Amino acid sequence: MIVVKRLLILLLALFVLWTIAPENVAINIPPALSGGTPRSIVLNPPVIDVTIFGKEIHKDFRTRLGLDLRGGAHLVFEADTSKLKSGDIEDALTSARDIIERRINSLGATEPSIKIVQLGDSYRINVDLPGVDNTAQAVSLIGQTAQLSFREELELPEELATLSGQLLAFNPEPALLGNDVKKATMAFSTHNGQPEVQLEFSKRGREKFAELTTKNVGKQIAIYIDEQGISAPVVQQPIVAGNAVISGQFTQEEAKALAIAINSGALPLPINLIEQQQVGPTLGASEIQKSVTAGAVGLAAVMIFMVAYYGRLGVIACLALLIYASFSFSIFRAIPITLTLSGIAGFILSVGMAVDSNILIFERIKEEQRRGRDQKSAIRLGFGRAIDAIKDANITTIAVALILFNPLNWSFLPQFGLIRGFALTLLIGVGMSLFTGVFITKKLIELFYRHK
Amino acid sequence: MINFIKYRFVYLAISAVVIGAGIVSIATVGYQYSVDFVGGTSLQYAANKDVSLNELNSALKSHESNTKEVEVNEKQIDIRIDAMEAAGEPELRSSLENALGANLTLERMQTVGPTLGAETVQKMLIATLFGIVAIFTYVAYAFKGVHFALAAIVALVHDVLVVLGVYSIIAYFGGGEFDTLFVTALLTTMSFSVHDTIIIFDKVREYRRTYGTGDVAMYANRALTETLIRSINNSMTIVFMLLALTLLGGSTIRFFIIALLIGTITGTYSSPFVATPVWVWLEKHSIRRGKKKSDI
Repeated sequence: MIVVKRLLILLLALFVLWTIAPENVAINIPPALSGGTPRSIVLNPPVIDVTIFGKEIHKDFRTRLGLDLRGGAHLVFEADTSKLKSGDIEDALTSARDIIERRINSLGATEPSIKIVQLGDSYRINVDLPGVDNTAQAVSLIGQTAQLSFREELELPEELATLSGQLLAFNPEPALLGNDVKKATMAFSTHNGQPEVQLEFSKRGREKFAELTTKNVGKQIAIYIDEQGISAPVVQQPIVAGNAVISGQFTQEEAKALAIAINSGALPLPINLIEQQQVGPTLGASEIQKSVTAGAVGLAAVMIFMVAYYGRLGVIACLALLIYASFSFSIFRAIPITLTLSGIAGFILSVGMAVDSNILIFERIKEEQRRGRDQKSAIRLGFGRAIDAIKDANITTIAVALILFNPLNWSFLPQFGLIRGFALTLLIGVGMSLFTGVFITKKLIELFYRHK
Repeated sequence: MINFIKYRFVYLAISAVVIGAGIVSIATVGYQYSVDFVGGTSLQYAANKDVSLNELNSALKSHESNTKEVEVNEKQIDIRIDAMEAAGEPELRSSLENALGANLTLERMQTVGPTLGAETVQKMLIATLFGIVAIFTYVAYAFKGVHFALAAIVALVHDVLVVLGVYSIIAYFGGGEFDTLFVTALLTTMSFSVHDTIIIFDKVREYRRTYGTGDVAMYANRALTETLIRSINNSMTIVFMLLALTLLGGSTIRFFIIALLIGTITGTYSSPFVATPVWVWLEKHSIRRGKKKSDI
């Protein structure tokens, strides 16, 4: 029985080690071992792909890094809901979210995230675009409402036209909207090679457009994006094929962005940018490198100190600490938690608290020994006494971390990623340190002192 | 056993000097608030050669944007200006590049509207109050005494004041900002402070369980003597970690780590030298009052 138990523990430990393995490590197998031909294996953390009860489960154990570490853009938009009925707001926001998602897919962001946050009466849309370095382009692409419309020429009374110096005016009531466009693509004009946007109408749009062009032969039809006129071609003949072209003084990027915006549909509500943040990828990389080095040096110093001061118990503490760090990191990858700079700080703090649990236990054991108890009962009593203090101390930390993490997303508490990242890693770290402090350290002490 | 409680006026003096200096610093130089709190745009560039501050200042003056603060650290440039849109950044960058004769790479850009800043402050205050209430309730429950909880909160407020004040002084000379990371450090200090205090109070609780209500000052002295090694060792390990991060870690978190370092030191100090004397005073005070009542 005990053999099975130990085997299970060993398997679990090996699995945890696998989940925290570095990514994409190439191992070259010397020709002598692989039968003459040199081969190499690429090692990766495990990826689980199973189907249980018809549900597909996919889990991979890769470190997810936050925007501040790998570079990218973070944008916060405020949605203008003033023109909507309260019942329609939710639908409008959900569809805005989908539309923004479609638009940013063309930006090449890896794992973009869009979140809607409610704050009292106002709504915000948080957009994270890892790996995107052209924030200005992202903002204009996401932010434009992009309501495409075709407008008919208005008959202006002659005096008014001469008075205003304006020869033409267009009916502000659109005759045809972008919803009737099936597909928009960027192309180069066959006439002059300039970038343009080609439109293909849906069935309904084709009928409407045919009707519109039949009615307006010889007149101009204006193409508007939101309230801005793009072009106003003269209708030469009725167009029944269901195609149209928007030409203007576009650059290639502009034409492409416009096509994307029309394709993704018009945003159901206007949004304004209120916060933006951009981190270059180089800064992130050097910050990680430095923090990892510093963390390693700090950890080494802590371990040397523990062994120097507590001797054999210090070795146990170091082992417990390594197990603790592996488990925590494994959990970070499993959930997964997006690691940010503040998150790493939270983790480091929890490492400090885990060391403290061990120090508390050792000091208590020593104290019991000074009172003349034999080793076995000293360990048992010291442990029991230390756990009380560890429990109370950690519960208060957990309480503070919970308030900062704000799990129910209360709008009167902080909702920013920075603080939540810190709180979450601290929370998991303290929880894990309770676990390792209570179970692992105890097991290790028993193991180490059994033969003495 | 060391008679710690005897020197309580020394501790009071030390705390008063440190907090006093901090308050003077807050009142005179205050903090430089990050864009998270006051709104605006902060930009960080990496140049391909050393840039002089004077050149940069005159280059910025010719640009329309209202510059608030400029810092140059060899090749790294930090600029704070009024809020501007992302679309305006390439223009600013190219005009700076022309004036400086250097290539600039945008490393970080953040723009926050002014309303968001006020909201951040408010939410942080609410979170802090919630934290204090939660800690008070739990300590009062776990130690079955309001005095323990009160003393722990006094030490906590003491630590928050120390961090606020000392950070103001350090930030003034070193160029740190009052940002959301600093607030995170404050909240961490709060939980660390209580964590440390609880370890000592746990001892006192144990003596009371074993020997009954007795001489509070004696209990306190004994608890402090017995936990002294543990307190020092524990702080040492955290200080090692934080020192490594301060000296070797990235520049973005440097002032955050410094704030945590101050928090750790004051959190360790306040448990024996603030929380415990306050608890002794509270206990004695209520015993005396109780006696007077029974005399009549």
